[in-house]
Amino acid sequence: MNAILKSILSLGFVAALLRVTTPILLAAIGGAISTMAGSKNLALEGIMLVAAFVGVIVSAFTHSVWLAVILGVAAGVAVASILAWCALKLNANIFIAAIALNMLASGVTVFLLSIIAHDKSYSSSLQSLVIPDWNIPLIRDIPIVGKILSGHNIMVYLAFAAVALYSVLIYHTPLGLRIRAVGQNPDAAASVGVSVFKTKFIAIVLSGVLASLGGLYLSMGYVSWFGRDMTSGRGFIAAAAVALGVATPLGTMGASLLFGVVMAISIYMSSLQFPAELIQVWPYVATIAALVVFSVRDERAARKKTGRDVVGSSGSRQ
Amino acid sequence: METEDVILEVQSITKVYTTGVVANRDVSFSVERGSIHAIVGENGAGKTTLMNVLFGLERAQGGRLLLNGKEMEVSTPEEAIRLGIGMVHQHFMLAPDLTVAENVVLGHEPRRGLLLDHSRAVQVTEEISAQHGLHVPANAKVKDLPVGVRQRVEILKALFRKADLLILDEPTAVLTPQETDDLFVTLRRLKTNGITIIFISHKLKEVKAIADRVTVMREGRVVVTRTAAGMSEHEMAHLMVGRDISFDRLPAGNAGDSVLSVRHLSVTSADGVPLLNDITLDVHSGEILGIAGVDGNGQSELVSVLAGLSQPSSGNVSLLGSDLTAMSIRDRHKAGLAYVPEDRLRDGVAASSSIEDNLIVDRYDTPPYSGAVLMNYPYIHDKAREYISSLSIAVQDSRASIESLSGGNIQKVVLARELSSKPKVLLVDQPSRGVDVGSMETVHGLIREQRDAGLAILLVSADLDEVLRLASRILVFYGGQITAEFQDVSNLQPSDLGPYMLGAKRQEATV
Amino acid sequence: MTDRQSPVDNFVLRNFRLIRTIVVILLGWFLAALVILAISRDRGTTLRSFFLGPLSSRVLIGSLFETMTPLVFTGLALAIQFQAKQFNLGAEGCFFIGATVGTAFAISTRMPTALHIVCTIAVGAAAGAAWNWLPGYLKAKYGSSELVCSLMLNYVALYLGLYLINYHFRDTAANEMTSYRLPTTATLPRILPGTRLHIGFLIALAVAVLFWVFLYRTKWGYQIRMVGSNINFAKANGINTGRVIVLAQVIGGAVAGLGGIIQIMGIDQRFLYESLPGFGFDGIVVTRIALNNPLLVIPSALFLAYLKVGGSYMNLMGDVPAELVNVVEGVIILLISSEALLETWRYRIMMRKASER
Repeated sequence: MNAILKSILSLGFVAALLRVTTPILLAAIGGAISTMAGSKNLALEGIMLVAAFVGVIVSAFTHSVWLAVILGVAAGVAVASILAWCALKLNANIFIAAIALNMLASGVTVFLLSIIAHDKSYSSSLQSLVIPDWNIPLIRDIPIVGKILSGHNIMVYLAFAAVALYSVLIYHTPLGLRIRAVGQNPDAAASVGVSVFKTKFIAIVLSGVLASLGGLYLSMGYVSWFGRDMTSGRGFIAAAAVALGVATPLGTMGASLLFGVVMAISIYMSSLQFPAELIQVWPYVATIAALVVFSVRDERAARKKTGRDVVGSSGSRQ
Repeated sequence: METEDVILEVQSITKVYTTGVVANRDVSFSVERGSIHAIVGENGAGKTTLMNVLFGLERAQGGRLLLNGKEMEVSTPEEAIRLGIGMVHQHFMLAPDLTVAENVVLGHEPRRGLLLDHSRAVQVTEEISAQHGLHVPANAKVKDLPVGVRQRVEILKALFRKADLLILDEPTAVLTPQETDDLFVTLRRLKTNGITIIFISHKLKEVKAIADRVTVMREGRVVVTRTAAGMSEHEMAHLMVGRDISFDRLPAGNAGDSVLSVRHLSVTSADGVPLLNDITLDVHSGEILGIAGVDGNGQSELVSVLAGLSQPSSGNVSLLGSDLTAMSIRDRHKAGLAYVPEDRLRDGVAASSSIEDNLIVDRYDTPPYSGAVLMNYPYIHDKAREYISSLSIAVQDSRASIESLSGGNIQKVVLARELSSKPKVLLVDQPSRGVDVGSMETVHGLIREQRDAGLAILLVSADLDEVLRLASRILVFYGGQITAEFQDVSNLQPSDLGPYMLGAKRQEATV
Repeated sequence: MTDRQSPVDNFVLRNFRLIRTIVVILLGWFLAALVILAISRDRGTTLRSFFLGPLSSRVLIGSLFETMTPLVFTGLALAIQFQAKQFNLGAEGCFFIGATVGTAFAISTRMPTALHIVCTIAVGAAAGAAWNWLPGYLKAKYGSSELVCSLMLNYVALYLGLYLINYHFRDTAANEMTSYRLPTTATLPRILPGTRLHIGFLIALAVAVLFWVFLYRTKWGYQIRMVGSNINFAKANGINTGRVIVLAQVIGGAVAGLGGIIQIMGIDQRFLYESLPGFGFDGIVVTRIALNNPLLVIPSALFLAYLKVGGSYMNLMGDVPAELVNVVEGVIILLISSEALLETWRYRIMMRKASER
């Protein structure tokens, strides 16, 4: 037990924590933006996967990390745009459309992987690149603290910067105000000339940008390959983080870190003679537990307000 | 009208809906600048349609609008706003979790570079607020504010967009008497600041209190436009409803004992507004008790409580002695209360289900409709066919989904279901709304038949003709209270009911 | 009133959803053909194997019905949930749990054949039912999202199931990660010599018919449909909507679990999944094409099976990867869900009809 505690309270653990939290945090901030606009994006999973794939392919063929990132984001934005179009213009149920896109993403990526890399599981035949770490000058030389703050992958810093940027966007820009208005009362926004369609579309596209960055980190962050379905439900964990954090910047970050802690601990536990599967299961169990706690709390608050049950109501939290 | 400064001239506006309803017929009048101009009429008179045309929410087929002398073409609210017209709807358009200032500047946000200039937004809000004496807490979230203050925010929104013509649609419907007084103070102040106000209402006392000029509308037409001082409430009421009915009245039936008793029923809104105020009434077997009144005077609350959709703040309801007040909707139905709701697609049927499935929703698990495990669909099918033909519902297959039927036919299905459960009392809310003439005849016929057979019927309708056509006894509702009762309806005309419906008159002793 | 219009117009309006579904399916097939034409270097063989492959031999036809079997089960699972408007996508996890728990039971017990088969199947179905209870309960009691809950549970099912098999029933003698073989008393007999087609196929058809009867001819099915159609109206008429919500999901879980264990007992006869096999997600495609009707699930599952078998055969004989099928599936779902698709066509017909009145 002591060994476990010691390893948890180590620098290595912090590094691992940041590593696993980053993709979830990026996708979650994206999810928060679209949720604030009243359009929950459950296609985060598929967007991450597509971006991860495109990043690897592009970097392998162009030998440029940054081109890979740009095109990866572009691919993710394309998927997000399809979601927005189907849900907003073609009246598709946004959840079904999202699930469909996740399926499509999975199919398309493996399809193309098999054609390009001649392997249906991994892109190991391709030499793809890695997004570099950032050793912050000056800070890295500070004893102890320097090691904690400096030397992480650029995307890690980007993820936390995204939290700050999101906060500024949503509370201090006109676009953010419109996003919140559209999410709270679309009629109110429309009555003053704000285009509900345009605002929601932009919000969904922004969520696509961030989820793409999350996906790119998965395949180009500390590994340099793409594996089939490598997102393994992280997009859904990000969606759960958004729900838990009520889509607010700090709340979403907190929830993402919470899930990150669970995942990091499970990695550390795997060094022991403990069945891997019983460790890998914990993040998902934690999500369900969070969902239960959250729902109970919500329902109690709602019941106090109306004085009546909210049992089996059709307008449930999705 | 020659030397007066006219801000808006309405010339021969005609609006016909695709259903054939003529909502506005050759409507003409003018509004003086800096005045408070009221438009009055009962439900269906065309006031709301006219305002929608003015605000760009609907397009007229004929006529034109002149704003400041220039012809006005508006096809969207944004264009109307740009021309200086602002509208405060009955249902407020506010984002609940945003502050007052944020709601006011939404769409025209003050910026500092790329960022939102919060302090400027608050500043601007407070400036307009002070300018017009409309005090609002700029940094409070809208959801925490009482209704009266929220309405002020709506008005501020319009003023922020430089409206000089403000339209208010039934603004006092949701206000307490105190808030109504505050609103009038506000409106007078706006007037002195040069803002012109169009005020839609059916409450004659208020109209007399606040308006300079009044346009009376009836059945899509303008009846007259005159100064408010030049008309008494009585006259206004008469002009709003005055017409002689030429159809046959129902021969008076034999009313029996009380079946449904309502005692001291009150419903107060969350904001403290009394929506229904100490109502006591009885519905007897063999009678159709008609509730007449303009929409929004407590009738929907009454029906909602009676049907079991909501709970009253105080008072009780009983059916043949058993207390219904705490009973569920299903239990009330079992006790003998049948209900034909106003919004039939939402509350009366399962829209995407079949006609037959809708016909049996209250009895699907009882024999002979159902056995121990399997339901008896051949029987259900035959029964459905019976109802369909007896009510001449134009449909081939009872398995078709009910939403494919016309409004009138859906109404017939709902009635068929409710009546076939052999109820003791029937609640009917706006039965012919959205129903074609032919189906309306059938529906009225059914209701009459049931009355003759001894059923107790409560009919709520904003359509005066319908009430006069069917009711054996009439209660008039205004402001959540009963303002009149008419036992003998054989020679009653709309103009007799008008004053009571519009708050101009009130009977002394009402049951 | 309806007689004077064009019969084509009437037919289109009445069966609009069906027509739209068929159009979307044809579009999907068309897309597949386009992709093949674009990337294949041996177009003839590839096209032929994709579109005609499944019918080209007895083995392949048998393979068609084999592949169809689990799809019928998961399609039914989702159909009944969607009929109650419950967006529970846990069919995948329930399938997996039914397969693992059923396998564990079959391997650990000894019984005569008929009994062993019946009990194993029952255990698989029960496991699936229990697994889907939680999302239903949380939705009914607290209004929480059955979508997120069920999706998470899919992953929990995966890891717990893998743990169960890999740590307690692993056949260490075998080369891959697989469980011990099922005792022959717990395997399903084959029904078409020369193929792997097993009795599970007939069970699937029977269950589909049973589901249709349940949904359209029993009181509980009626309640489920009413809850799906207008939940407030159903509640007002005394239907216990909370119980219906749980019931729909538990039944869905049961039939998904049933599908899982039958797949093991019929085809693999040992547990060899290392990740989620995807039948649950395919079930979404099946039920959406079938418009949530249990009887239509059968042709719909057949269609999807045709795609899949064609896809693998194409993968084998031609040079295009089988994953093309997943792409087609995704496109079909996306288009089917876009309610406004072809809406202008329908609108025009309705306007034509209205003006003729």
